[in-house]
Amino acid sequence: MAINITMPALSPTMEEGTLARWMVKPGDTISSGDVIAEIETDKATMEVEAVDEGTIAKIVIEAGTEGVKVNSVIAVLAEEGEDPDDVEAPEAEASGGADEGDDASEGDKIEEAEKPSKSKEKKVSDEKPEKSDAEPTTSIGETAQKPREAEGKDLRKELEGTSPKLADVGSGKDRIKASPLARRIAALRDIDLSKLEGSGPRGRIVKADVEAAEPSKKQVASEKKASDAPADTPKAAPDGLILPQVLDDRVYDPESYELKPLDGMRKTVAKRLTQSFMQVPHFPLNVDIKLDKLLASRADINEAAPEGVKISVNDMLIKASALALMSEPDCNASFTDKGIAYHKSAHISVAVAIDGGLITPVIRDAQTKGLATISREMKDLATRARERKLKPQEYSGGTFSISNLGMFGIKSFGSIINQPEGMILSVGAGEKRAVVNEADEVLPATVMTVTLSCDHRVIGGAEGAKWLAAFKRYVEHPQSMLL
Amino acid sequence: MADYDLIVIGSGPGGYVAAIRASQLGLKTAIVERESLGGICLNWGCIPTKALLRSAEVLHYATNAEQFGLKIDKAGFDLDAVVKRSRGVAKQLSSGVSHLMKKNKIDVIMGEATLKKGKPAPIVSVKGKDGKTNEYKAKNVILATGARARAIPQAGLEPDGDLIWTYREAMVPKETPKKLLVIGSGAIGIEFASFYNELGSDVTVVEAVDRILPVEDEEISTFARKQFEKQGIKFHTGAQVKSLKKANGKVTADISSGDKTEKLEVDRVILAIGIVGNTEGLGLEELGVKVEKTHVLVDGFGRTGVNGLYAIGDLTGAPWLAHKASHEGVMCVEGIAGAEDAHAFDAWNVPGCTYSHPQIASVGMTEAKAKESGHKIKVGKFPFIGNGKAIALGAAEGLVKTIFDAETGELLGAHMIGAEVTELIQGYVIAREGELTEETLMHTVFPHPTLSEMMHESVLASQGRVLHM
Repeated sequence: MAINITMPALSPTMEEGTLARWMVKPGDTISSGDVIAEIETDKATMEVEAVDEGTIAKIVIEAGTEGVKVNSVIAVLAEEGEDPDDVEAPEAEASGGADEGDDASEGDKIEEAEKPSKSKEKKVSDEKPEKSDAEPTTSIGETAQKPREAEGKDLRKELEGTSPKLADVGSGKDRIKASPLARRIAALRDIDLSKLEGSGPRGRIVKADVEAAEPSKKQVASEKKASDAPADTPKAAPDGLILPQVLDDRVYDPESYELKPLDGMRKTVAKRLTQSFMQVPHFPLNVDIKLDKLLASRADINEAAPEGVKISVNDMLIKASALALMSEPDCNASFTDKGIAYHKSAHISVAVAIDGGLITPVIRDAQTKGLATISREMKDLATRARERKLKPQEYSGGTFSISNLGMFGIKSFGSIINQPEGMILSVGAGEKRAVVNEADEVLPATVMTVTLSCDHRVIGGAEGAKWLAAFKRYVEHPQSMLL
Repeated sequence: MADYDLIVIGSGPGGYVAAIRASQLGLKTAIVERESLGGICLNWGCIPTKALLRSAEVLHYATNAEQFGLKIDKAGFDLDAVVKRSRGVAKQLSSGVSHLMKKNKIDVIMGEATLKKGKPAPIVSVKGKDGKTNEYKAKNVILATGARARAIPQAGLEPDGDLIWTYREAMVPKETPKKLLVIGSGAIGIEFASFYNELGSDVTVVEAVDRILPVEDEEISTFARKQFEKQGIKFHTGAQVKSLKKANGKVTADISSGDKTEKLEVDRVILAIGIVGNTEGLGLEELGVKVEKTHVLVDGFGRTGVNGLYAIGDLTGAPWLAHKASHEGVMCVEGIAGAEDAHAFDAWNVPGCTYSHPQIASVGMTEAKAKESGHKIKVGKFPFIGNGKAIALGAAEGLVKTIFDAETGELLGAHMIGAEVTELIQGYVIAREGELTEETLMHTVFPHPTLSEMMHESVLASQGRVLHM
């Protein structure tokens, strides 16, 4: 029997992904565990392993297809003894419903698959009440079959063959729950309903939701007046949240730039940072920290370390941050819809700049790990981050972030909080500065400036300051990290 | 320790419905009432007036029996019996509320309530009929004390319970006044004008605005006026009663419009010049509750800005309608209980009904309001004369008007006048609440033969697709 290979969910929240590459082609024999394809999500590229064995009968979704819905059929596998050529695949539709597709292939003979699958029929009947745009021919057909309940299925199947419109109605797009008015306004204003959250009964999208997704006409009109320059109404942003600038030919000559479409990572970064910047009341605290002792310790440690272990300053700052979070547990906190989550462990997210964006792999339970472990894990995570090979669980679940731009000579800066974390530490460059000591002597010292951005909903100025004091103590007295 | 999760003050349709919903959601609830359970609506408003108007309607059919091929020698009425029937209906419903309170385990506290500062909500002290005062603590308090008829004492526009009436006296007449002056042409004024006109009074209505039923669509106002004038009611619009003088069991009114002043001598006057909220004596000022033009200011969930204190219904302002109060009560309680489907109140979806002959019903925006709000509109109209059922009923006078946004197809407003329209309007209310467009309404099957077919035709007419015209 033919087996459908479906789009896997790489994380609990994943809804769609890009089918980046096929590692197999029709006719290839595969066995369980073989890598058959690469899937790209917003932040990572992951390999898809085969679960069953057999011969690839058909590739349903071409490589490079974006927005492939989780659970939709991406390929069909012929089992042993089956002729792959006899296996017909379902249409390449990027919609859900493939989970139902299984019974279709199990219950029916392979030839049956030539006709539209059962799952699709089901959808068509589910959609009946919403099918306001259907062609008149369609509705006539349906009225006709109403009194003939028993034969209804066959008739419907026939109709599906002859009436392409009916099949269209069942496509995934129509599954969105929205009021007729919300649909109409969304269509008029070119708003993607699938990107909106409904506030009506059972998540139904209503007029207010669509209107909230876009500045009102009046607002746009008054802006127009104010600037006195004709401007296009901004289209809804890809994520339905941010409203990017309209790319206007009168401002930038189309010849004068190269346009790069937004990829998943860029969209995610843009959405998350905008969200954080707009929603979280950020406040910065900064402090100067003497680095001489830490640098000396690091040199010492590296000299004594076994082959292959080389601790970086950043590794030590990760450790110091984790220990500071343990001594100031009020700061290891997330503001959530249900309340403030005080984390029991320090999972440190480290910002890594990669081609095309930014990612924050997480060192878990950093307070319990030795410097060698932190260093080894960090190297591995950073390498795989650059290759976009991180698994979702490797870049989520952090409780605190560090961003270090010291290597670029930046003196100090303030980062945007990586929600739902409560704080992010921005580390500037260590540099020689003239420092006045307690005896009023001016002496040279290596000093760095760090800035702690805090979410004021969870962390007060005093808590943030206490955390910085603890952090400073660990960095200026690195041996205390051994305690 | 709080005695209750919720105390509701006032047991009208806002208060008692809020209390029932609270009990359903598991809140330990009490309700305070100073007079009779059910409030004005059940005892002195909606229900008893409908009973009176029903008597008037039956009388109308009896006097016009010939029109239906029937012979009734002499149709007449016994006013005491008509009033007695109305009071009986009110009493039956009021005891129904008492039963509902018991069934839902809601404690009924009879007496006058005042509020004192307290935490987490103001403390409610109730002075009972026996003069004793008890204090009750609750986590939440809902004010649902309602409203009463407005008076303007400076111009003599003040009820005296004898010659100058409010709805209350008008509901229990000893005799029908020969000549009656109704001041105000809102729903209450028009209903009494219609009632007494059917009973044979010579009725004059004075309205300050330039048309009757000022909240309705202008076309409906005009249509209604013609109908009422045909029945013999006289109207002075754009006019004001400057003074009322009582002498020898009669009242003389100075009615001025523009620079003209006219004197009118009548037997009785009904004041229907609006509503004032019952905000007094509750201790609202001390609590810092914001009161504007006799109404308590609230948000969409009835919050007053004072911790634990909410207000609903007539007390919070227009539209002064029982169903608005009930709905607000439910919204408010669901907000308090954190119910999953709690949603804020939307005044545009509250239908308004006037139970005169003919009836008037509407929801949403008038045509003028829709234009003023910047909508490009499509308007559909269908007359009763084009409807088979209306003709069969002998009620072929009326109109169904619908207003759509030309672009989005949103049903902006619906306005109806004619037989049974108060029972029909709710179809359009569902369309508004469900955000149905003209398309969905056109696809809806309406049963034949019914008056509701006109609702379909009106929608079709708005798109130039009317069938039976």
